[in-house]
Amino acid sequence: MEPTNVSDPRYYHKVVDCQWACPAHTNVPEYIRLIAQGRYTDSYMLNRVSNVFPGILGRTCDRPCEPACRRGRVDGKPVAICRLKRVAADLRDDVRDRLPQVPAKKNGKRVALVGAGPSSLTVANDLMPLGYECVIYEKLNQAGGLMRYNIPAFRLPHSVLDEEVDNILNMGVDIRYGTPVASLKGLLDEGYDAVFIGSGAPKGKELDIPGRWDSKTVHIGIEWLGSVHFGHIEKIEPRVLIIGVGNTAMDCCRTSKRLGGTDIKVIARRSRQYFKASPWELEDAEEEGIEIVENHAPKRFVVEQGRLVGMEFERLEWTEEGGRQKSRVLETVVIPCDAVILAIGQENAFPWIERDIGLEFDPKWDMPIVDKQTFQSTRPGVFFGGDAAWGPENIIWAVEHGHQAAISIHNHCQGVPVTERPPDGMNLVSAKLGMHAWSYHNDYNPSPRAKMQHEELVKRFSDVSVEVELGFTPEQTAHEVQRCLNCDIETHFTDRLCIECDACIDVCPVNCLTIAPERGSEAELREHLSAPATNAAQALYVSPPLPQTKRLMLKDEDICLHCGLCAERCPTAAWDMRKFDLIRPYAGRSAS
Amino acid sequence: MTSILKPPVIHPSLPKNALGLTRRDYEGAMSTLCAGCGHDSVTAALVQAFWELDVPPHRAAKMSGIGCSSKTTAYFMRQSHGFNGVHGRMPSLATGANAANRDLVYVGVSGDGDSLSIGLGQLCHAIRRSVNLLYVLENNGVYGLTKGQFSASADVGSTSKKGEANEQPPIDPVLLALSLGATFVGRSFSGDKAQLVPILKAALRHRGFAFVDVISPCVSFNDHVGSTKSYRYTREHYESLAPVDFVPVRQEITAAQDAAVTTVRMHDGSLVRFRKTDDTYDPTDRDAAYAHVRKHQEVGEIVTGLLYIDEDARDLHALNHTATTPLVDLPYADLCPGNTALQALQDEYR
Repeated sequence: MEPTNVSDPRYYHKVVDCQWACPAHTNVPEYIRLIAQGRYTDSYMLNRVSNVFPGILGRTCDRPCEPACRRGRVDGKPVAICRLKRVAADLRDDVRDRLPQVPAKKNGKRVALVGAGPSSLTVANDLMPLGYECVIYEKLNQAGGLMRYNIPAFRLPHSVLDEEVDNILNMGVDIRYGTPVASLKGLLDEGYDAVFIGSGAPKGKELDIPGRWDSKTVHIGIEWLGSVHFGHIEKIEPRVLIIGVGNTAMDCCRTSKRLGGTDIKVIARRSRQYFKASPWELEDAEEEGIEIVENHAPKRFVVEQGRLVGMEFERLEWTEEGGRQKSRVLETVVIPCDAVILAIGQENAFPWIERDIGLEFDPKWDMPIVDKQTFQSTRPGVFFGGDAAWGPENIIWAVEHGHQAAISIHNHCQGVPVTERPPDGMNLVSAKLGMHAWSYHNDYNPSPRAKMQHEELVKRFSDVSVEVELGFTPEQTAHEVQRCLNCDIETHFTDRLCIECDACIDVCPVNCLTIAPERGSEAELREHLSAPATNAAQALYVSPPLPQTKRLMLKDEDICLHCGLCAERCPTAAWDMRKFDLIRPYAGRSAS
Repeated sequence: MTSILKPPVIHPSLPKNALGLTRRDYEGAMSTLCAGCGHDSVTAALVQAFWELDVPPHRAAKMSGIGCSSKTTAYFMRQSHGFNGVHGRMPSLATGANAANRDLVYVGVSGDGDSLSIGLGQLCHAIRRSVNLLYVLENNGVYGLTKGQFSASADVGSTSKKGEANEQPPIDPVLLALSLGATFVGRSFSGDKAQLVPILKAALRHRGFAFVDVISPCVSFNDHVGSTKSYRYTREHYESLAPVDFVPVRQEITAAQDAAVTTVRMHDGSLVRFRKTDDTYDPTDRDAAYAHVRKHQEVGEIVTGLLYIDEDARDLHALNHTATTPLVDLPYADLCPGNTALQALQDEYR
């Protein structure tokens, strides 16, 4: 067995489950500790380094970090990471003097950015401080992209959005509102050094079944949300059906509730376990009295005298056959309604990109071919990111795309190959302060996950802009920060110091340590531990042979609580708790 | 010492015993011994042994005297009965408790000071009386609690932390127990749970005085170069006897016996199996056991393993014809038959 190489930043990074799962690799445990210390502004700024929009994401993020959170494996409920981010954003001071400084002297390179959504804004955020001149082309009259016109104000207040978007635009970005790009060729001809396309996936999917075009009350979800945002639509009929059960469907049904809808149903083809919407968004919708109907496949719109009166569905039963889901029609039902909103997905549309400018499209999907690592298209100097690159994702992915594309653009403009990616770095410093004093709070806090307080129902339906989530109270925050297990305070082992006294093994509350003889494979070792390491997704640490018996120190990373008892009980400090800091490179800033 | 208590979280794949309990359920208070103390490993081995034997914690009693070793009874089986007594007097307490209630499982934990100095006489008589007890001697060769003076088990030539060599010959607890007639004698090492746990399990099932000497290094005062009871020295001079398997009654294997296995059947039907003995060592021959330990001692080797076992011996209850029912379960009329019965008894002696 090869000993584990802990000098590779990836090993300890993977132990920090939340940071590993976050597309932008935000340093979650550190920002939670900063909140615990009341250093909200520092916490916000640490967030901003990687995710750029802490206030927005603290309310709207899809939270890939939370299902990954170690605490979920320990007591079933992950730390409320996302809403703690909001705490930092809500309670911070003015950060304007701490934002990246933009040099007065430009570097002479000009970059065009198509669309003012999160990916383009991130590119501008990374490139402006390096002296680039960034020009954003936005077809609408406000910046923010889907963050503005797709996410309703009751989830994301405009003031929060405006401030974080303006923090970037105020770096001196040349933003041209109401200026859709009609031709990429034309844009390229203007002589930009690089072009970044972050125009999103702006086309809602159509449902072309009988009766679709026979009434005026069938809407496309994202367009309808946009119209609500811009004030073109102010009310909706009482009985509304939402087709689709993703997060856009949740925004549509809840917005309908605020515009006069009284009987609102969300219709799903399949059963709940296959829903695309995040569980918490489903819960929030149901709390507002929205009914979710499973296993119904739309067949036709029922229109009488030009007026939509209902929609016909086939009620399905799903069975699994040879690993594939198969459906059987049980009956046909008509659900009466006055309006239908289609929220069955989004598509990309690039009618404005010429197909003869050396930018290849995948013939099957009619999507541009974009390199997964460099975000460059087949035409050097043209980059894609966000939903425009590979179809709909979410905001945090768009931000990460922006960071990576910015590295590529910087390389491209400096004559460095875009494939030359700066590696991640790390800092690893002992957290020991004294005999049994650590630079973090190592005691396990058994508190249950804090429950977000919501605005009362009557009040929240009074206006579409009344924010539903009220944020954590100071007491809730104080408890929730202590639920974090501090996974970034790593258990670091120095094999040559070990005297094999077994103290660490005996004290470990979760039996994650074992000293055992070498075996042929990791799979075999995993079976022969103090407690078998059954979660193969989590790493097994394997030490070099120990000095006295040549056996190996093994650690199952799965549910280590990072309580530091192994280090406290170690007589020779072979185990030490060390604070791990992942250092990520950004455009013009290497990790070293 | 540790700054926090053990978090009340367990690994999801942590196995359960026949009582539905995990090892964590057999733990006690948080240890306040030095980090790396061998005694904590002995504690963990006791936890493991009691858990594997499915002993209900409330059916066990823990006895101890004074010393680092004697603190350890607080660190396992918090639900058990216990008595922490006067220095060196644990055997008397155990004898009394054992006489009063034969149905509990008894474990006494002592150290080299508690057993071989102030309590030597107590130990000898407990052996002689064959008290039904697992007696664990956590042996580190120093008085750790008073900062590392040589104890009665310190070897000649072993040096103190400051470099001074010991000149007085030691008392070897294993030879002592063998010569006094102990019916179960073992020696092991806190750093070798693979050997220690099966020995402890067999000892807990032994009817009579089960003596286990455990080399348990003092990490603060006797783990330096020059010490003969350090982790490194013990490992380098370790002479392990036949590895021992303890086979409880319900797991008895009926397959053909391996010729290289010596099996001793315990009084309750469980088995102790001694594997791959490369010499003709016979664990039921007291004289041979004594000679074997002496022979290896001459060349500086520490013999470990289950050294001697006699399953036919009589224990305290058999020797003293005690009541078969624990006193606590006797009806009051039987326990205290009254003045008439007392008079009748006294008349017998007149």
